[in-house]
Amino acid sequence: MKSLLRLYAIFHKEFTQLLRDRLTFGMIVGIPLIQLVLFGFAINTDVRNLTAALVDQADTSLSRQMVSDMTASQVVDFQYRVATIEELTTLMDQGSISIGLYIPPDFDRRILDRNRVGAGGNRAAAQILVDGTDPIILGVGRQLANIPVSFDSTRRLQGSVGLEVRNFYNPERRSAVNIVPGLIGVILTMTMVLFTAVAIVREKERGNMEFLINTPVKSLELMLGKILPYVVIGFIQVSLILILGWFLFRVPVQGSLIDVYLATMVFIAANLALGLLISTSAQTQFQAMQMTFFFFLPSILLSGFMFPFDGMPKAAQAIAEVLPLTHFNRIIRNIMLRGAEIDFLSSDILALLAFAFIALSIAIMRFNKRLD
Amino acid sequence: MNPSQENYAITATGLSRRFGSLLAVNNINLKIPTGSIYGFLGPNGSGKSTTIRMLCGLLTPSSGTVEVLGLQIPRQAEILKHQIGYMTQKFSLYDDLTVKENLAFVGEIYAIPRKQRKQRVNELLEEFELSSQAKQRAGTLSGGQRQRLALAAAILHKPSLLLLDEPTSAVDPQNRRDFWVTLFSLAEQGTTILVSTHYMDEAERCHRLAILDEGVIVADDTPKNLGENIDMNVYEVITEKANEARIALLKLAEVFSVTQVGLHLRVLMPKSVADSLQKVEAILHRNGLTGTVAEIEPNLEDVFVAVTEKHRKEQRQERTKGKGQEVVS
Repeated sequence: MKSLLRLYAIFHKEFTQLLRDRLTFGMIVGIPLIQLVLFGFAINTDVRNLTAALVDQADTSLSRQMVSDMTASQVVDFQYRVATIEELTTLMDQGSISIGLYIPPDFDRRILDRNRVGAGGNRAAAQILVDGTDPIILGVGRQLANIPVSFDSTRRLQGSVGLEVRNFYNPERRSAVNIVPGLIGVILTMTMVLFTAVAIVREKERGNMEFLINTPVKSLELMLGKILPYVVIGFIQVSLILILGWFLFRVPVQGSLIDVYLATMVFIAANLALGLLISTSAQTQFQAMQMTFFFFLPSILLSGFMFPFDGMPKAAQAIAEVLPLTHFNRIIRNIMLRGAEIDFLSSDILALLAFAFIALSIAIMRFNKRLD
Repeated sequence: MNPSQENYAITATGLSRRFGSLLAVNNINLKIPTGSIYGFLGPNGSGKSTTIRMLCGLLTPSSGTVEVLGLQIPRQAEILKHQIGYMTQKFSLYDDLTVKENLAFVGEIYAIPRKQRKQRVNELLEEFELSSQAKQRAGTLSGGQRQRLALAAAILHKPSLLLLDEPTSAVDPQNRRDFWVTLFSLAEQGTTILVSTHYMDEAERCHRLAILDEGVIVADDTPKNLGENIDMNVYEVITEKANEARIALLKLAEVFSVTQVGLHLRVLMPKSVADSLQKVEAILHRNGLTGTVAEIEPNLEDVFVAVTEKHRKEQRQERTKGKGQEVVS
């Protein structure tokens, strides 16, 4: 009972201070708002309208057909038409174009050769020049190379390999659908860790801690009282992202909302525990912030928020498995985009719970009510 | 065993604390009687704060034992925390909470039941003349108001021991006077108070006083006894050219110290020096200075100067002696 009252005292005090700190309160609303709008519109892994140049030395109906197919894909925009391949490479060197298409004079014959069984079919019919400094553009080049070209129109429709791609969960190929659920995790990582990381250091810096540790308040009461207000803040932020995600980008919640909040709660707990751990290690608020960013950057880059997790090297994957955001990204995308139900025994949920428990335990052990 | 031992709120024996190579507190012994106001007088860095922090269990002593209110410190420090009030040098309440919120927070932290808590907070607001500031944020209070708030917070749970670490360093004289009135009334109600200060007038008000210098207690008695037992004669020299007189007097080896107070000089001479008054007069005469010399009662500042200087001279002697021995061996 006394313990509850002390816990309430810390919680209540922290919440009051939070509401009075206009800058922090502004960040609570401002960070999700700005980041969602910024990232939602800017991050676009679905490449369109790359500047391209064309050399069509064949200028036959077949070559024109191929160029118009490529233009129709909206991936490239042929802004330059030049006469020679030298001019093409010059444009590439200047950085004016990302993609160049070279069609040789004997384009039709080469195509016929390729389609004829057993003939010298290994000669390329045309060439695509790609600015390979950006792997994403390189991928686009490969994609363009797969556009079927043939005199036989039925064959053209069929496609060259006979494989068909069906887009599940995101038929319109919108990046925002993938970005917004990921942003919930990124924004929570940033705000939750940062707010709690400075929470205890701030009291040390302002001299409040020396008074507080001379009272009967227990370490656990102090820690829990400090993080509980931020659970509330976290829920406010998640709600804000979900609402904006729907109105700005039509990002759906396929699964149940309750599951989204449950998953978020576990994730918030993990982040808050980490923040406290940082707070007990740092001596100044500046140090706490540095440590937060040391953790924040790998979280963004390795968690699968930016790049597909499976594409990373094994070592990077192993590091990513330690980061709460990696697990949360899987859980939240499952729930929001694939309509899965939350499974409390799944390895991702258990990993988050374990992370929270371990970090909080170390934080409580590290925090002693002494000055030495 | 000893019945008189129960009358001490704090006993410390052989207490030391080392920070790296610095010996902040060096083998001090303390006996602080229950219900008394006990003062720590000393310059900055003399180990006052470190000692207080060790007494309440915030710092672990490097060596020595501490018993506070019958509890072994630091082992039983958590139990002690219910019974002590602590006021730090720096304001340690929350600037962004109001006066009333700060007090209510402290009441909740000490788990005082709701009804009593409200009553106690109002009582303290009244007593410390903070009622009209109740809804003002602590950060906007004046120095005196902040200090009253800090003291109110420290005694909210009615502790039987109050530890005050330089509580009046940022406060004007009137507030300091009021502050001491409160301390005396608390002591009358049975609260033991340990207060550190570097103000002589405050130290003079304590029931008992320990003078600290370089981590060592160099004197420990009632202020009155300290003055009486001082090993010095104190002379007041009134002369037109006080500064010249000071320089002339300091040239005499037997003069322990000279302090200028306004146009007067206070001259300390060891009691072992014979005819010291005549010697002072002779020096003035020799330097062509006119003035009067009279023996006066030593005050606490004289005591402070005498004991700390004596301690430092001894230290220096010991050090040179040690060096001499090294050379010989």
